[in-house]
Parts: sequence; structure tokens; C-alpha cells
Amino acid sequence: MPNKIRSVHDPRISLNILSKEDIEKIHTATLDIIESVGVRFPSHKALDILEANHAVVDREKMIAKIPGEVIEEALSKAPPNYTLAALEPALDLPLDGTYSHLGTDGCGVEILDAFTGERRRTTKQDVSDVARVADYLDEIAFHWVPISAQDCPPYSRSLHELEAIWKVSKKHLQTESIINENEMQTAIEMAVAIAGGKDALRQRPILSVMQCTTSPLSHDGGSLEAGLVAAEAGLPIGYMTMASCATTGPVTLAGNLVVGNAEVISALALMEMAYPGCPVYYAAAQTAADLRTGAYTGGGPEDFLFGAATNRLADFYNVPLSMGAFATGAKEPGWQSAVENSLSAFMAVSTLSDMLLGAGLLHGSRILSYEMLMLDAEIWSILCATFEGIIVDEENLALDVIRSVGPGGNFLAQKHTKKHMNERWLPRYMDRRPYNVWEQKKDGAREWALQDAQRILREYHPQALDEKLIAELDRIIKAHEDKFKP
Amino acid sequence: MSQEFFAKLTQSLVDGDPDATFEYTKGALAAGIEPMEIIKKGLIPGMNIVGDKFSSGEYFLPDLIIAADGMQKAMVLLEPELLKRNQAVESAGTVILGTVKGDIHEIGKSLVGTMLSANGFKVHDLGVDVAIETFIQKATEIKPDIIGLSALLTTTMVNQREVIKALANAGLRNKIKVMVGGAPVTRSWAEEIGADGYAEDAMGAVQIARQLVSK
Ligand code: B12
Repeated sequence: MPNKIRSVHDPRISLNILSKEDIEKIHTATLDIIESVGVRFPSHKALDILEANHAVVDREKMIAKIPGEVIEEALSKAPPNYTLAALEPALDLPLDGTYSHLGTDGCGVEILDAFTGERRRTTKQDVSDVARVADYLDEIAFHWVPISAQDCPPYSRSLHELEAIWKVSKKHLQTESIINENEMQTAIEMAVAIAGGKDALRQRPILSVMQCTTSPLSHDGGSLEAGLVAAEAGLPIGYMTMASCATTGPVTLAGNLVVGNAEVISALALMEMAYPGCPVYYAAAQTAADLRTGAYTGGGPEDFLFGAATNRLADFYNVPLSMGAFATGAKEPGWQSAVENSLSAFMAVSTLSDMLLGAGLLHGSRILSYEMLMLDAEIWSILCATFEGIIVDEENLALDVIRSVGPGGNFLAQKHTKKHMNERWLPRYMDRRPYNVWEQKKDGAREWALQDAQRILREYHPQALDEKLIAELDRIIKAHEDKFKP
Repeated sequence: MSQEFFAKLTQSLVDGDPDATFEYTKGALAAGIEPMEIIKKGLIPGMNIVGDKFSSGEYFLPDLIIAADGMQKAMVLLEPELLKRNQAVESAGTVILGTVKGDIHEIGKSLVGTMLSANGFKVHDLGVDVAIETFIQKATEIKPDIIGLSALLTTTMVNQREVIKALANAGLRNKIKVMVGGAPVTRSWAEEIGADGYAEDAMGAVQIARQLVSK
């Protein structure tokens, strides 16, 4: 099993996207909207908490108008740093503002079968298989539930998904598909069993939670209540806005940021009001809806800008950020996916997103492709190398070596070269062969990526939990099913 | 004089100025022009131009939706007048539309609704997170030609099947066609649950709806 993770650490490149004044304008505008227009919280539980904290609540419309100071006061309680724990401590992910960690994308509905190429609906076995490949790749730091276990009952499906991943990987796991209280409670029960107790889980949260907001300016009741349950147990919880220019948000970028920001910070503030000091994070995957179809595009210059800008907002609120990057709109790996996934990830990393989603899916997060997963990991390795930047010190200036080689000649035989050559980046899938070698088979990245995935699927069978724990998880899921079967 | 009104009405839709459409409609009625004439010679030609420009890629979704809004504003004035004369605009068919229970994804469903309306269907949009019983009640009440069910979650797709079953139990299934759609919905799923039609996008939904009513 893996014992290290390749995340971007202490990047030496950074990007200036919004000035301090810009951020303050966005913040002030956001508070104005939350206070004067309000945000819809369709949960009486949530409204009770907001009301107790001086929000003006309209129970019929379920809209809360929350004073700006209340939001600011609540947000100030959020811890700026914490760690996403793994079953193996060497795989822990610090969210301390010096790392960017890459996770898989989530909740695909179809998969391109690694061996037959057939596109079909996803199953629990697929969840486990994708998790094995993600576990194998050092570039993947944590799991999102990548696809849905559609052969499991809807009322316990997300629990089966968690189990499938926990069984094969010790990396941190984040769920984004639990949108009601009772499933969240059972998920926590499973996490408690693995962590060895409630306090142990709170100390080392091996599970974290992502919920969506409902643009514009609304939340989903189930997602709020599930989030509150998670926050109570000490699981890191984030709310993600997907406000899209022209459909669910203003067509202009700044306005869209305001709408998304109002949703996210109102939800995070709610969590802090209910459980002061609970670990929360900002999450965003804003985009510009396609003007011809209204489709969620998943890639494009607006996405890249949003990726960088929301990071600055999260910095301003002093909480970690999870950014939807990768997640190309392309139908197959190729030119479009390479452009979208490289640029979106570059922008998000250059502003130091703590978590980046999501490798491996095509068609706007709908179709899992093993090829794409492998190729995305390669993009990530390029970024890791790029963000190491250029170190200028004696050893790296290499004056002695330059002197000894002198004009002409080459550096291949130098000890200094041998010493440092492993620092240079080597591709797995970039084609650097001579033309005539390529010409023989005309193969390339896609074929190699798929072959690698097939090899991993055949040969790599990690086991992360012992039989006793697996039996316990099975029992917990079974009990949930008996209780909630409609 | 009527010609002038018709040209202005058409232009106001093409320009995307719903307030102007409303005012010209008011003016045309005041000038004694027949409501059916206003629709056929002023508004429909405008909507057709907008539709063509949208299909050719010159116009974007907001252009289309703003024009549809203008049309709707005009109809608020025209419908009572038509009623007085015992006339009605012929509709392409009646559709009940909604996102199924447990699911709050709205945009796709609403776009399908807009496109259907823009193409002459009478649409009753029940919103999102619509209970199975609500679909059945509404269907019993207005006897639509088609029910359109949107689902974007794999966990809520099953409710498309449940609505179809409930329609059968209510004895309505052979009178009403069902079409389904949404990101995770596929043709094979539509077949599996016994839906009559499936479309991947809003334009496709219009085509399917047309086919279903002509059957
Ligand atoms: C935007 C979005 C949201 C927004 C919706 C905002 C709103 N006001 O509607 C928000 C943020 C609220 C949201 C919430 C959630 N979402 Co969401 N969401 C999306 C996203 C990115 C785009 C959907 C969209 O609006 N597309 C644009 C419109 C124009 O396209 P469309 O909806 O597909 O509709 C077109 C066609 O499908 C078709 N069509 C649609 N309906 C119908 C009906 C008929 C009759 C016909 C013929 C055709 C038809 O025509 C439409 C127009 O062309 C999709 C991913 C994707 N690429 O689809 C995920 C997605 C659907 N969501 C997903 C998930 C998981 C969730 C959440 C559970 C996340 C969470 N943890 O909170 C919640 C669920 C909340 C709930 N109870 O429903 C998953 C579902 C995966 C699965 N396995 O089920 C998806 C696929 C993303 C992913 N891979 O993770 N989501």
C-alpha cells in the first residue's frame, strides 16, 4: 500500500488575482445581500439556530436575513488549519495553507469499462475498482466517492460507497453524496468503528463531508441537516457553490462571486453557530453556463478565474478551500480535457487551493474514464514539478560544475548531474520517442494510460481493513437498511 | 396601421424588449385589431425569427427566454380577449413537467419547459422535489397529453419509474405519454422503466413531445 502522497507543497509560484480592495468589496456586497435579501434555509432546525443568533427569519418562505456582524463573528470561530486524517498517518493531509492536495472527482453515473471499453451504469464493484487505482497513484491524495453504486438501494447507497472505498484504501475519504441526516448518522457510525471511538474520530477525522448549496441564494434542507450532524461529530464539512453565470448567477463574474460567496459563508456561519470551532471549509465550482444550451460547462476561462478568485475569498475568511478543478466537459480524453484540466488545476494551485477535485471524470463529472484518471495524475505530477519553482542557492547555481566543464563539452558525466538528475521531471505519457518509432504503432498517451490502469486493476489488490471491521461495517449498513427500507 | 403594429410587435420580440411587446399589444387591441391577428401576424412571426436565430447560433438562450417572456406578457392581455370571442390559440399539446421527489435540480427541467412553451405546448411546471401523488393529482385534473419527468440523481431516477407505476394504478397510463430526462438518465433506462420517450436536451425534448402527441 502507498506510504506517501504527492501534493504540491510550498509552491514558489503565485498569482495575483484580486486586490485587497476587490476582496473587501466582494465581502461587503455579500454581507449586504445576506442581510437585505437573505438566503433560503429550507430546514426548521437551521432556521431555529439562525433565529437564536439574531437572524430575521421568514418561516413561510424559509428565508433568513442574517446581520453582517453575526456572519463575521461566526466565521471567526472557524479553525484556520486542521488535518484530514488517513487510516495510515503517513497519508494524512495537512490543510495549513502550504499544500494543495488532489482528490478524485465525484459521483459519476457511467463508466468506460477498463477492459471492454463499453460505457455502462456504475456499480459498487466499480467504486471499489476505481478506489484501488486511486489508492495506487501517489498523485491522488484523497478519495471523493468517484461514481455511484447504482446496484445498491438508494436509501443506503452512499454507505455502500464508503464501505467499498474504505475496504481497499487507507487514504482520506470525503463524501459528497449524503444529503440526509439518517444516512449521515450511519456514515459516522461506520467511521467511528474504524477510527476506534467517537473521540478518536474527532481527533483524527478519516471522513470529511462536502455539501452543495443551491444557487441562487438557497440551500437544500437535507444537505444542511446532514451537515449539522457531521459538524457535531467533528467531521470537516464544506459547502460548495456551483453558481453559474447567466443561469443560477449573474452573468458577470464579480456578481457571480457574490452570489456564490453568500451561499457558502451563510452555510459555514450556520455550522459555527451550532458547533463553535468545528472544522469547516469553503468549496466552489463556479462556471459560466453554456449560452447555447444552458449546460454546466466544466472548463473555460471563467472557471479558471473563479478557481483562483474563490481561493482568495477563502483566505480572507481564513478557512481551507476545496476547488472544483479538472472535471473536464470533454467526451473523451484529448485536446479539450488536457487544456481544461491543466489550466483549471494550474490556476487553483497557483492560489493554493487546499483541496482540488476531481481527477478521472468526463462529460461534466458524469462518465468515469480510467484513462482520464491516469492522465490527470500525470497533469498533477507536471504541476508538482512546476510549482517547485527554481531554487537559487550555491548547490543549484552549480558554479563548480560549470567551471569544470567550461565552454563546449557536456554535463552528462558530472557527479552533480547524477546527484540531482532525479529531480528532473520524467513523463509517463508524454511521447518523446523518435518519429519513426511512433510511426510503427501510432500509439500514445491514451493507450499507455489504459494499459497501466488495466495492469493496476489486475495486480493491485490492497486490503485496508481486517475481516472483523468489515463484518462490523456490513452489520451497520444492514441495520440501517432494516430501519430505513421504505 | 395594423401592418405597422405587426411589424413593431415582431421587432420587439426580435429585439428582446418584453415591455415594448406588452405596450404594442395594448396599443393594437385599443386600435381594434383582432387578438388572433395580433398573435398570428405580429407575435408568431417574431417568435419564429428568434427561434431561427437561436437554431443558427446567432442568438443565445437569454435571447430566447426574454422573447418568450415578451410573448407571455402579450398573452396576459390577449387571452381574456380571445375568451370573449370564444377563440383559443391552438396548442401543440399539454405537458405536465416536474423534477421528481427528492431532487431539487431545476435548470434543465425549466429549460425543457421554456422550449416546449416556445414551441406551442401548454406547460404546467410543478417545480422541483415533486411528490408522486402531486403528479397524479394534476394529471387527473387536467388530463395532459404528456408528463415530463426530470431526475438528475441516480438515487431519484427510481422515482421516474414510481410515477409511471402510479399512473398505471390510477388508470391513466394508456391516456398519457411519459417522457423522461436528466443528466444520469439514458435511453436504456427510459426503456427499462417503460417510458414513452427520452431526450438528452431541451430541443430533443420538443421533438419527442411532438412525436408523442402525433401518435
Ligand atoms: C448545477 C448542479 C447542481 C445544482 C442545481 C442548481 C439548480 N438550481 O438546479 C446544485 C448545486 C443544487 C446541485 C445539488 C446536488 N447535486 Co448536482 N449537479 C449540478 C450539475 C453540475 C449541472 C446540472 C445542470 O443544471 N445542468 C444544466 C442543465 C441545462 O442540464 P440538465 O439538467 O442535464 O438538463 C438537460 C437535459 O438533461 C435534459 N432534461 C432535463 N430534464 C429533462 C426532462 C425531460 C422530460 C426531458 C425529455 C429532458 C430533460 O434537457 C435539459 C436541457 O438541455 C450536474 C452535473 C452535470 N454535468 O449534469 C450535477 C449532478 C447532477 N449533481 C450531483 C449531485 C451528487 C448533487 C448533490 C447530491 C450534491 C450534494 N452533496 O449536495 C446535490 C443534490 C441535491 C438534491 N436533493 O437534488 C451529481 C449526481 C450524481 C449521481 N450519481 O446521482 C451530478 C451528476 C454531479 C456529479 N457527478 O457529482 N447540483
